[in-house]
Order: sequence, then structure tokens, then C-alpha cells
Amino acid sequence: MSGTKRETGFTFTIDGVEVKATAGMTIMEAADEAGVYIPRLCDHEGLRHQGSCRVCTVKAGGRSVAACTQPAAPGQSVENETPHLTKMRRDLVEMLFHEGNHLCPICEASGNCELQAMAYRLDMTEATRFPYLEPCRSLDASHPDIALDTNRCISCGRCIRASQDVDGKGVFGYVGRGIHRRVAVNGENLADTDAEATDHAISREVCPVGCIIRKRVGFAVPIGEREFDHGLIGHEIEEKRK
Amino acid sequence: MDNGYTAANGKRGPSCDVSPVPDGEIEDICSTYGNDKHRMLDILREVQDRYRCIAPATMDRIAAATDLTRIEVEGVASFYSFLSLTPKGRVTIRLCDDIVDRYAGVADVVSVFEEVLGVSLGETTADGAFSLEYTPCIGMCDQAPAAMVNDVVLTKLTPESARQAAEALKAGQTPEMIVSNRFDELSPRERVLAMVDNNTRHAGEVLLGPVPEEAGLTNALKMTPAQIFTTIEDSGLRGCGGAGFTTGRKWRFAASERAEKHFVICNADEGEPGTFKDRVLLTERPHLLIEGMTIAARAAGAREGILYLRGEYAYMRAYLEQVLEERRRRNLLGEAILGQKNFSFDIRIQMGAGAYVCGEEGALISSCEGLPGEPKTRPPFPVNRGYLGYPTVVNNVETFCHAARILDRGAAWFNAMGMEGSHGTKLFSVCGDCLNPGIYELPYGHTVRELLAMVGGLEAAAVQIGGPSGVMIGRDSFHRRLTFDDLATGGAIIVFSGERNILEIVDYYMSFFVHESCGYCTPCRVGNVFLQKAIGKFRSGHANPEDIEYLKDLSATIIETSRCGLGMTSPNPILSTLLNFPLVYSATSRPSKDGIRDTFDIQSAIDSARKIAKRRSYIFDKDFTQ
Repeated sequence: MSGTKRETGFTFTIDGVEVKATAGMTIMEAADEAGVYIPRLCDHEGLRHQGSCRVCTVKAGGRSVAACTQPAAPGQSVENETPHLTKMRRDLVEMLFHEGNHLCPICEASGNCELQAMAYRLDMTEATRFPYLEPCRSLDASHPDIALDTNRCISCGRCIRASQDVDGKGVFGYVGRGIHRRVAVNGENLADTDAEATDHAISREVCPVGCIIRKRVGFAVPIGEREFDHGLIGHEIEEKRK
Repeated sequence: MDNGYTAANGKRGPSCDVSPVPDGEIEDICSTYGNDKHRMLDILREVQDRYRCIAPATMDRIAAATDLTRIEVEGVASFYSFLSLTPKGRVTIRLCDDIVDRYAGVADVVSVFEEVLGVSLGETTADGAFSLEYTPCIGMCDQAPAAMVNDVVLTKLTPESARQAAEALKAGQTPEMIVSNRFDELSPRERVLAMVDNNTRHAGEVLLGPVPEEAGLTNALKMTPAQIFTTIEDSGLRGCGGAGFTTGRKWRFAASERAEKHFVICNADEGEPGTFKDRVLLTERPHLLIEGMTIAARAAGAREGILYLRGEYAYMRAYLEQVLEERRRRNLLGEAILGQKNFSFDIRIQMGAGAYVCGEEGALISSCEGLPGEPKTRPPFPVNRGYLGYPTVVNNVETFCHAARILDRGAAWFNAMGMEGSHGTKLFSVCGDCLNPGIYELPYGHTVRELLAMVGGLEAAAVQIGGPSGVMIGRDSFHRRLTFDDLATGGAIIVFSGERNILEIVDYYMSFFVHESCGYCTPCRVGNVFLQKAIGKFRSGHANPEDIEYLKDLSATIIETSRCGLGMTSPNPILSTLLNFPLVYSATSRPSKDGIRDTFDIQSAIDSARKIAKRRSYIFDKDFTQ
């Protein structure tokens, strides 16, 4: 995008707010810069866009699209936080809760967990209607410094992209198909890979839930003083507008 | 779902090393494909065929040869149904469990195989001789029940013919010998016809009637690409795979994209249950298909093409290879086609390996690139950036065949057939409860009732138009027309009599989508499982009237938020039956007696607690004793 050529800027609106963009920018990139938060789970700053969780679904020109992969278009009017879209997003987040085993009170990620924080933001306060799939996936505690509890994995694939693109390693990957598709490691278990606790893929910011666990630091920050105890998920982006 | 707690420390499943593969053999297979990671599907298919399993140690070696990580190889190997991480039998029998095969008695056929071979469905015999499993629609619904025995197809199975086949296999005969004891002497085409009937019931003017050889290509070579686009656009031809995009525009978009290379891909991955039209075209009109692809290559400026053949159609691969070879010999493929110095084009066959989603354009391209068959993010569209990032034309088998005929007879000839917005003819593959299942080539615009009269199916109570991703209609809709604007279809027409259980059909179709979802996006991966579970409540009599709203509501979320056409259409079996057969749902749901969900069963809910506590419940077990 950048280069010697003059970049062609344009504007469009999100929920009536005018947003600036340049050619090739996605709706979400432009929104982030303008301080408009679009909920997302699989997308993460500095990683390739994947468009798989669908939580960032917006209406652009009347069509429902993933804001993280859809290029912004001049003059377009985008709907983001409408009751309809919030309901769709809540359904998707509920699906993720019910697909895995997400027991917040016993999870060390509670308070730092983006899935939990997204549920609060989307007002997931009533009893859910979906059945629980209650998977029983094996724990991987083989690595001296890292543990994996894929019962909490939401298949966002952020660790896969971080390991490939940032760490240059390829510790993680998807295996299987359909409801059996999930994140697995490059070997018999995590100890069999070249993963290290200092990898970007292992860092707290990459895994949005309590699946990738750094051993011995889980409660270094007490509950009540954690990331989303200070504000709703997305508040940092929204504060840019203030 | 994963059930049963597996060992700690994440060791994944039993190792499947049958016996270590000798040094060099895996490497030889990889080097056959130039150690090219984009040929991963070919490599894995060959490893599977030869060693019956893709073991972890083998994946390490493939990864080393192709410069990938093992997890990337495993990602592909674990995606496709015909590849296996655990050992399969030397002979793998895959019985088609489509709803049409079920109604044709596949369960009795399964029992015979189980009894004779001493193996249960889903298992492999201890000596590694036989595996027996179900597989979704293999494109033989007009001659159900059907099965694949390795790559050999057996059709119109009965308990008697199944017993003969099973006993022959047990006695050590090859699957080919079941088809014919002189199989070796047959030509590739004769072998195809010995296995599968065409069942062409009505030949139309465009595709299945008399077709002159290479007339379209000869004309195309005298035209400029612009003239070819204009001709195809003027004809009104739209894609025949289901989506109905204007073919001429697709070609024009791809050609106008400036790039080092362009590609033409034929989608011969017809996996929609009840569809078998491409099977008949591939058998009867392979030259016309390749002619159409060659014309598209000429127009779009492509030098390379791929024919993506679904894994279920491996039985016709040798025949299609022979057709390609013959065309190379006749200078209809290869360098300087028919003496035109600046026009070279050749085609390779890419075999699929059991994945319905690969019929989706982007997933098909992913699969050709040696990746799991996951749809690609759009934009960019394949015409802009497709196979390996180059502009790519992807069309269905039937579409290419039509294009070749249009170049022969002209746009006006084709445009005059059919109706406004739906020009030309269409192949309909008809199966189910009718007297004459098979292929009907008809102009667009016939009513369902007219088609039913032709096929001997006027007794029908319900007709599934376009397979599970289409719609199910009842008698009050038989006046509707088979066009893009009314009842659009890729060609599948499944007829159901009044004896069939609508909910059973819907349940089967939902299980199909659950099985075939790639799992990339949340709504399709998870939502379809929930839909199927909800249908189970109606079938078991546990549904409440609110569950009808739940079905509609969940379906709407899946349709609106899914990433590709699979999820955008997977709720259709439910939505179209809710609309057209509402009584089926209201009759099987009732308000709960006490406000508690009928599906809640206290006994099963406390069962695991009982086991852990090793005692019975004081409150819920009447015969409580310490």
C-alpha cells in the first residue's frame, strides 16, 4: 500500500461515524484507526486476517461480511453495533462456549479471557439455548514451561499464525475437518516441538482464552486486577475517539 | 465429538505404523511429484493406496521432502475422508449411505458384508484384509444401493449380489474381478460402462444428442478472445454447478486480469447428494468437455488446466487419462494446438479424496494447491487471484460442454432455448421414488409436474430440488418451474413418495452437512451440529413448539454469518420443510408438561456422578441402598 505513489484516501461510515481509509484497507483496519471497535476473536493485531470466528460480521452495503477481511469501499455505509448484529455475534460466542468446555470460575484466564469479555460486551446474560457438546480432549502438560488445555480452544488459530509468521516456527496447525477440526501441535506433543515460553505464539496476548498456559505464572495478577476488570473489551480502541 | 479421555501429555491416538516403510520409498513418491508441496494431495493419495495409512513417521518424511512441517502435512491428511491416519484394509468397502440408498435397502447389504467378511461397519479386520464403512453420496443414486470397493464401483446391490461379491473378495479375488472376470481385457471405456450404467433417459439438443467433433474449437480458433466472450455472453449461458454466474463474464474478468499465467479448472467434484449428471457427461462427452476447457483457455489466455475429479469417480480416471492422451496425439492439446503457434494448452487430472466442500470454487482451488479443502477469503475472487495466486476460470463440467456447443452453433441457437434468464438446456439427475431414474436433458422452464410425468413419479409427495442445499417442495408447488428465477438447481431432483419420513430425510441431510463442513468458520462448524441435534428432538418426540422458532432463529444466524455457500445453504433442508411441510413439525412437538425441557433426563444427568460416588442417589433412586 505504502510507497512512492500517492495513496488514494476515501471515507465511509460505520454506524453513522465517518471513517477514513486508504485503498486496500479492510473495514476493521480503518475502524481501529478511527477508534470504532468492531468485536472480533480470531483477528489480532500484527497477525494475518483469517475471517473464521465471524464475530466481526458487519453489514456493508446491505450484505453481511467479515469486517476483518472485507476491503473498505468509498462511501459505503457499514452497520456495526446494531441489535441485530449484536444478536448474531452473541449466537456465535455462545456457539464457541458450547463447543468447548469453558468453566470461568476454574479457569486461570478468567478476567484476561477475550471470550469471557466478549460475552460481557455482547450482553450474554441469559441462560443459553444451545446444547453443550462437552468434548473430552487430552491435556498436554509435556512441556516444562507450557501446558495446553484444548478443551478451552476456540479454534481462532492466532497461535498458528503467530508461530508461523512472527516466530518463524510452525509449532501449531489445524487438523481434522468440521466439528473435529482443531488446533494441534507439530509433533507427538508440545515437548516434541521447538516451542518456548518466550515465543510470541505462547504470549498471553495471542491465546484469547485459557488454552495455552504458561506454567507457574497463572495467578501472578490476582482476579479483580486483570485486563477486563478495568474496562470492556475494545475500550482501548474506543478511547482513541475521545 | 471427542469422547473418552485419552492419555495425558497429549499423545494423539494409537500409532498407525503398520510396518516401517523402507528407506527411500516415501521419498520416491514425493520426487515423482517434484517434491512439490502443491501436489500434496497426489502424494498422500499414493501413500494411502500403497501403505493403507498415513503414519506419523511417514508424515515426517513427506514433510522433509516437500519442505513443510509435519503439522501441515497432517492438516491435509486429516481433512480428506479417503485418507486415513490409522490403517485401512487392503480392500476398503465404502457403502453409499445416502438417503436414496437407505430407502433402496443398503442396510441389508451392509449386514451381508459384515457377516461374510466378519467385520463391523466402521472397522478393519484384524488381519488387515478388509475395512467396511459408510460414505456420503457417491453419485450413483439412480442405481442404488451402490458401493466403492477400493476404486471399483458396484451398483444395484442386493443382499444376494453383495453376498457373491463378499465371498469372492474373501476368496482372494480382486474387486475388478467382481465386475468382470475378463476385466483385464476391457478397454478403459468398457471398464467404466461395465461398472456403471449411464441411464440417459432423455437426450436434448445440446449435450446428449448428436455432437460433431471439435466444431466449437475449430470456430473458436478463428475468433478473437473478445469475440468468444461476446458469443458466450450473448448465449445467456450461466454456470451449471448451482450458483448460476454468467459464464462469459467470468471468462472476460479472468482474461482482463494482467498476470504472468492464467489457469482453467474444471470442477468435476459433483458431491451434492442426488447429483450424477457430470458422471454421465464425463463418460459420454469427455471430448466435448475438454474441447470446452480448451476454448476457455484460448479465450482467457491459459496454458495450463486442471480437471478436478472427485475421489468417488476414480473408476473413470484411466478413461479420462486416455482421452487426454488421445487429444495430445491429435494435437488438440499440447503445443501449438491445431497448428496455431501462439496457442498451447494442456490439462492434468487432480483427484479429490472425499470432501464435498471441495465443490466450492475456493475450496477446490485450495485442494488443487495441496491444501485442506477450505474455501478462500473473497475478495480476491478466483478470476482475479485463484490457483497459486493467478487468475483462474473455474467452471462446472456441464458449463464447459455447453460453451463448446455454443461456439459450434452460435449464441442465438442456444439463447432461443429455455426461458428469459435461463437459456439453453439443463441436465437433471433424477432419482428416488420414480419409475425411471436417470438423466434428463431438458430446456429450462419445465414445471416439476411435467418432469415428474416424464420420470414416472407423479405419485410423489415431496421433491427435493437441487439436493440438500436446495429446497424440498410438496404437491402444492409442483406447478413451479425449473429455472434460475424459480427453482434453481445444479441438477439434482430427488423424488420421495408419501411413505417416506420427512424428518428422517432432513436428519440425514443435516448429518451430511455436519460431516462435510470444513470447520473453518464457527457458524457452519458448530451451528449445524446444533441444528441436527434439534431435529433429533423432533424425531424422538421431545420437541416443544418453541423449538420451531429455535430452528428458524439458529438457521438465520448460520446463513447470515457463514463464510461460504455450504453454511449459507446448509439450513435449507430445515427451512424449506418448515415452510412446505409445517404439519410435520407441529405434529411432532408439544408443550412441555411442567416447564422442564423434555430432553432433560435426570437419570442420565446423574449417572456419571453415581459412578464417581459409587453409590445410588437418595433422592432419585427409589431403591436407594448404601
